[in-house]
Amino acid sequence: MAKALFANPLFKFLAVVAAPVAALLYIYIGVAEYYQIVVVMFMINVILTASLNITNGFAGIFSMGQAGFMGIGAYAGSLLTMTAELKFSRIPGIPAWLAEAHLPFIPALVAAGLAGAAVAVVFGFPVLRAKGHYLAVMTLGMIIIIKAVLDNNAHLTNGAKGISGMERFSTLPMVFAVMIVSLFVLHRMTKSAFGRSMAAIRSDADAAASLGINATKYRMTAFVVSAFFGAVGGSLWAHLQQTIAPSLFYFKESFSILEMSVLGGMGTLSGAFPGAAIVTFLPQFLANAENGFRVFGFTVPALNGLSNIVMSVIFILVIIRWRGGVMRSSEYIVDAMFGRDTWAGLLRKETYVDFWNILREGLFKNNNPHRLEEKSKQEEKDHEKENR
Amino acid sequence: MDFFAGSLISGLQLGSIYALIAIGYSIVYGILRLINFAHGDLLMVATYGAWILIARGLSLPFAVIGSVLITVAFGLVIERAAYRPLRDAGEEATLITSLAVSIFLQNLFLMVFTPKNRAFALPGFFSEKLVLGGAGSITITNMSIVIFVVTGGLIAAVSLIIKKTRLGIAMRACAENSTAAKLMGVNLNAVVVFAFVVGSALAAVAGVLYSGQYVSFNPSMGFMIGIKAFAAAVIGGIGSFAGAAAGGVLLGVLEILFACYLPEGAGVYQTAFVFLVLIVVLLFKPNGLFGAAEGRRS
Repeated sequence: MAKALFANPLFKFLAVVAAPVAALLYIYIGVAEYYQIVVVMFMINVILTASLNITNGFAGIFSMGQAGFMGIGAYAGSLLTMTAELKFSRIPGIPAWLAEAHLPFIPALVAAGLAGAAVAVVFGFPVLRAKGHYLAVMTLGMIIIIKAVLDNNAHLTNGAKGISGMERFSTLPMVFAVMIVSLFVLHRMTKSAFGRSMAAIRSDADAAASLGINATKYRMTAFVVSAFFGAVGGSLWAHLQQTIAPSLFYFKESFSILEMSVLGGMGTLSGAFPGAAIVTFLPQFLANAENGFRVFGFTVPALNGLSNIVMSVIFILVIIRWRGGVMRSSEYIVDAMFGRDTWAGLLRKETYVDFWNILREGLFKNNNPHRLEEKSKQEEKDHEKENR
Repeated sequence: MDFFAGSLISGLQLGSIYALIAIGYSIVYGILRLINFAHGDLLMVATYGAWILIARGLSLPFAVIGSVLITVAFGLVIERAAYRPLRDAGEEATLITSLAVSIFLQNLFLMVFTPKNRAFALPGFFSEKLVLGGAGSITITNMSIVIFVVTGGLIAAVSLIIKKTRLGIAMRACAENSTAAKLMGVNLNAVVVFAFVVGSALAAVAGVLYSGQYVSFNPSMGFMIGIKAFAAAVIGGIGSFAGAAAGGVLLGVLEILFACYLPEGAGVYQTAFVFLVLIVVLLFKPNGLFGAAEGRRS
């Protein structure tokens, strides 16, 4: 019954589109601002995770450098949305051309993404020549180099002290819209010929090459696209937290995104949702424990770093036991969100009829006329056997 | 010239420490194809271990031995709990698991010891300076001499172990072809355990030497050093014992020379420089300077 239910387009619509949108609406209108921020963080994390899944899961490029692109996007986006006076006051020594540069939020977001993509092109050439571990370590090196550049160009970035004061453009509706658009674009990419080629390369690069698929071109494209959305995520993040510094885009953040990716399922875009959910919301629950608490009259002292410890243990367990993450290889969520099946299915009468039937069968199982008929037939047969 | 000599000595010092850690990385990678990012954190574990033991009143030699034992214990637990279940998993699974273990260790020690920077105080003997050389009086601290002697001795010892003992030969056999080695009766698990013991012990000594030289330590110190040592191992050719040692020393020297000789402002690019070297080396010699060309394993 469950299988039939999950396949039903109406259910997909309700579960993946209607219910979450309703929940978000409620949160936007009725809930305290602190929790709204957490939810916006969650959506930004979904974008970041989905962007990482493109390289790690789809293209087989194991990148640990997403935080670097996040940082680029954060700085580029912020520098473009901040007014000239603000920039002159916050960043001493800023050159005039940079101070004057100003764009409204959405173009700035796109520009930030392009900045990330540009950096990816630069790093892509050396980095993508390697494979496997070496590539992973090179991406770590990439983060280090990006941070060093951000730290040491104080006339452009205010150095290690960072910049604050950008406007909070990342409101819940805005981030929601960006998330939907980003996922849609990524979804179309994975379902296209491009996506299939990438899957071929990931499966067996030699066989793909023998079929004329230019691995380098595809890997570079995947890397650049991932960087674009990583940078977009970074810019959204900057306009939520309203303060940025190079140290905020370093190993810890990269590992966080990696955690979300692996926990949710590295090979699918849908995995971004459960992965981001666990990593965004779980520490909220553990936050109380971190400050110490009393249980049965026994005081547990403040446990600094507890949520990190718990997350890393969960992470190790998941890798050992459920390597595919929550979604395994199923693209259920994203397919349900954008798939033709869902939306076309809403226009057909059978969808609603089936839905009702499935519900009825499930809820009224014992009184189901079919089951009662079968039971009595079975009883008749048993009687016959006994009587023989 | 003195400045150069002084820088060179500093560089060799740092390089020796990198070499000790890089060897540990190489040994484990050679057998398991596993990059153990937590290896650098074992250095940190050793430092805290030694610090606690000294604070408890143990004399230096015993404290060092004690910290080695503690570090080896940590290393073995990590191997058993996190890496052995993933023995047949792909490269990426073990890579990210080792990252998770590294984060776990860092945060564990952060939780217990707080992020405070502490000072590792060694007896005064180590800071005494020895004057070498003629007119320009190059000074070298006893600590540096200790570092060179200890590192040299350990590298020689491990090299002997790998070449002459049965376990050492078994390790090399497993590194070359673990299936064939198993067919020849080699107990892979025992070899892996031995590799971790050797690697952890070397990392422990490196930790004590590092903190003795640079004094300040905190829970996050291990990761960065580990990454640089890993870069060194890769530059030298990961899986190769000689390559790791050479790579470590080379990287240490380059890093210090870079910091000392380049103009103002560029010095803070030190860490980035290390990785630039790595990327450049890998561009031209994808298997490291001394690494053999690794065929693709299907």
